[in-house]
Amino acid sequence: MYDFIFQFLGVSPQALFGQLLIGLINGAFYALLSLGLAVIFGMLNVINFTHGAQYMMGAFGAWMLLHYLGIPYWGALILVPVIIGAFGILLERLLLSRLYHLDHLYGLLLTFGLALILEGLFRKQYGSSGLPYNNPLPGGIHLGFMFLPWYRGWVVLISIVVCLATWFMIEKTKLGSYLRAATENPTLVRAFGINVPRMMTLTYGFGVGLAALAGVLAAPIYSVNPIMGSNLIIVVFAVVVIGGMGSIMGSIVTGFGLGVIEGLTKVFYPEASNTVIFIIMAIVLLIRPAGLFGTPR
Amino acid sequence: MKNYDMPIFAVLIALLILAPMAIYPVFLMKVLCFALFALAFNLLIGYVGLLSFGHAMFFGFSAYISAYTVKVWGWPTEIGIIAGTAVAALLGLVAGSLAIRRQGIYFAMVTLALAQMVFFFCLQAPFTGGEDGIQAVPRRPLLGFIDITSDLNFYYVVLAIFAAGFLIIYRAIHSPFGQVLKAIRENEARAISLGYHVDQYKLLAFVLSATLTGLAGSTKAIVFQLASLTDVAWQMSGEAVLMTLVGGMGTVFGPIVGAAIIITMQNYLAGFGEWVLVIQGVIFVITVLLFRRGVVGEIAALATRLTRRSEP
Amino acid sequence: MRWKALAVSAVTAFAAPAAMAQISDGVIKIGVMNDQSGLYADLSGQGSVWAARKAVEDYCKTAKCEKIEVVFADHQNKPDIGSTTVRQWFDVDKVDVVVDVPTSSVALAVHNITKEKNKVMLNSGAASSDLTGKACSPNTVHWTYDTWALANGTGNAIVKTGGDTWFFLTADYAFGHALERDTAAVVEKSGGKVVGRVRHPFPGQDFSSFLLQAQQSKAKIIGLANAGGDTTNSIKQAAEFGIVQAGQKLAGLLVFITDVHALSLQTAQGLILTEAWYWDQTDANRAFSADFEKANKGNKPTMVQAGVYSSVYHYLKAVHELKSDADGAAVVAKMKSMPTDDALFGKGEIRADGRKIHDMHLFEVKAPKESKGAWDYYKHRATIPAAEAFRPIDQGDCSLVKK
Repeated sequence: MYDFIFQFLGVSPQALFGQLLIGLINGAFYALLSLGLAVIFGMLNVINFTHGAQYMMGAFGAWMLLHYLGIPYWGALILVPVIIGAFGILLERLLLSRLYHLDHLYGLLLTFGLALILEGLFRKQYGSSGLPYNNPLPGGIHLGFMFLPWYRGWVVLISIVVCLATWFMIEKTKLGSYLRAATENPTLVRAFGINVPRMMTLTYGFGVGLAALAGVLAAPIYSVNPIMGSNLIIVVFAVVVIGGMGSIMGSIVTGFGLGVIEGLTKVFYPEASNTVIFIIMAIVLLIRPAGLFGTPR
Repeated sequence: MKNYDMPIFAVLIALLILAPMAIYPVFLMKVLCFALFALAFNLLIGYVGLLSFGHAMFFGFSAYISAYTVKVWGWPTEIGIIAGTAVAALLGLVAGSLAIRRQGIYFAMVTLALAQMVFFFCLQAPFTGGEDGIQAVPRRPLLGFIDITSDLNFYYVVLAIFAAGFLIIYRAIHSPFGQVLKAIRENEARAISLGYHVDQYKLLAFVLSATLTGLAGSTKAIVFQLASLTDVAWQMSGEAVLMTLVGGMGTVFGPIVGAAIIITMQNYLAGFGEWVLVIQGVIFVITVLLFRRGVVGEIAALATRLTRRSEP
Repeated sequence: MRWKALAVSAVTAFAAPAAMAQISDGVIKIGVMNDQSGLYADLSGQGSVWAARKAVEDYCKTAKCEKIEVVFADHQNKPDIGSTTVRQWFDVDKVDVVVDVPTSSVALAVHNITKEKNKVMLNSGAASSDLTGKACSPNTVHWTYDTWALANGTGNAIVKTGGDTWFFLTADYAFGHALERDTAAVVEKSGGKVVGRVRHPFPGQDFSSFLLQAQQSKAKIIGLANAGGDTTNSIKQAAEFGIVQAGQKLAGLLVFITDVHALSLQTAQGLILTEAWYWDQTDANRAFSADFEKANKGNKPTMVQAGVYSSVYHYLKAVHELKSDADGAAVVAKMKSMPTDDALFGKGEIRADGRKIHDMHLFEVKAPKESKGAWDYYKHRATIPAAEAFRPIDQGDCSLVKK
């Protein structure tokens, strides 16, 4: 029976499992990036258009540490998110925080401008054809149905751990409950003696750090170039819209789910694999305007 | 307060009629096309409070339609432009009915994603010529007798199209329809409670904006004799936002000034090569942080302050 | 249009011996138009501007030069910016010749305007073989390479050395399709077989899914019918998935040395590709590259930049011979009638359809241990003689060619 189905679909079960696994791996990137966006949006109500540029800076950061200071991949994995996160904090304090009293659209416009500046500066300095970064975990394992490079397995693992840890921190800890309360009613939370602006700053830094982490993870497998983020960010926006903006679990589940769906599209109708996410987005918006996991507001 | 819009518009048109004597007409045509694009965009952000991040889909897709019908099907220039505009209006109807279900940032994201779909369609559809675009679109005599192969002649045609577009938008925002739009921008809930079908108003504004963007795009295709992926890419939507922001959102003349500034910059800073992107970004950031009213908005505010001071 | 151009060139040919020096407004103005900030900035960009200036400098050592000026602009890979700039160059700034112009969409736009205004375009950067095919013009010379030459060089040579089954990884837009179609034709003509193809979206990010399909096809060669970031990403991920180690070879159909540099030898080793020019081939090339390196952040020149040098050099020779730069079609006709000869590209010729003819070379990317230093990237595998390297003149559908 199963054989029949696979024959009908025109692919072998091996190929299908392989593609599913690859979809999951790509989903790991979507999840990490959309998680960062969702955290920032949930707390600051800002669509962080700089997210793609910060992801790019993460990848470049890994390259720079290696190239200038000789710090290998594993060191970069810790250092880069911290450094870029600190840079994000600087941006938030100096620029973004001045716009909170205005329409949220201004936050979007500001971060859009920042993205242009960052991308332009990196192009100016490093050119646009990209920089080499070697795979820290070469080789892999034959799973029977496909060859799984160690590195891809590592990416899925770390991304699941980070996503779940973030979810736990925000939904289940005391700190997280302050955060959520501050989003609902900042004045009240401030009255309890909690420093809301500082919390917002740290949240932004954290979200940016997640983008940078995704960048470091991407460096060994994707081309490290200044425009690597701007291509990806639009897809991630769609993921966030589908998941329901600001929903933490929503962005994680949707990230992985869409990675798998995209992977399947690559097998059955590869021409549509860039569009499929946007088509799903349109359908979701028709049926559930607030996104799959979002609450209307 | 007295309304100086029409006298200013008259002076502007007079200047534009004389402009080709001093400025290169192809450059002027480009400014006019983008000015119309920004004006149409401003109709949404400035008067309905909806930030579309996907207007490139109307601009670029209409350009493809007019280029294709004129070049491949041999349609007359004016019919090609109308066809492009009409298709943009249809696309606006479809995109609009999806997008206006959300507001604010959500609206921006939805329009962006829809525009991406249109982009990928244009990338893959055979008729657009993929990366090469549609090239060497002929400039056939307009209405059968106006020779537009001369840049100067065509410039006046484009100027007329621009003026018509401006007047349509001006009429729309100063009509009862425009008043309702502003009411929706200020307080949507109240507009609903007053019995207005808010969604219909928004959709109409969206379609009007898409249509005029389409007019700008179709005209541009004939001016440059080409239609390409650049015009549908999301960066183009970003440029419309930038122009409107720099000129002044919600001002009558802001988008025109903004378009002129940005296009001039792109053309005359081309020698700075790699820095153009950075400069654009810096302008974006500075405008958002310090001059949110844009050039025209700041001037208007200054003028108001001065007149108040002189009439104690 | 065609008869007019022919008439013009005929008249000038007769009038030439008697013509006085007629350099328009006293200056030969060379406009280098290319990508200064985007994807192709490294392979053209400021390096091409430097190459054009160097050509002027070298030429003026051998001949008495009047005033020659080199200007440049960034077309940002946008056809409308390219076409506004070039119109302004011709109409207002009195530029006589446009050189380089990578990115096919911009090149075609500039190509049309150059013809309309009767100026000259010397294209080095763009890939589209339409420039000398169905869109050919009496005002354009296509210098360095084109998609046909790359497809032919790589496809033919690989099949001859035993790579007779192919799987294509194709970018899903017109350019990718054309590259795939041309290469597949060559492969089949030389006795090879195409066992499958997959169209990937453009621009793509993750190619592992497509690479897996390529692997399952068991083809000996995976042809990469894509460009830029798509190509580097597919090569990088092929290395990760151990595809080359497992015995399949990658064939890059549009890869530049800057791409190899971006990938590092570790990742790119074993890749087979075709180029028109490599910096380490001759002493003249090495000398040119040493100078280039000093002025360009330590990079070596690409074939596109070398082509800019060579084309500007030949242009200046033709203008001097003609004693006029006013009539673009006449200058190009003169360029076609003189054999080309310069330090970098050696002896060659320009065909009636505007195609510059020279040898092409098949290279294989070295393994890290074979490389003796920075930018030592290629092993020479075969030379494709000029006569076979480019599309036969009667197959391009060019209206300038008498049938």
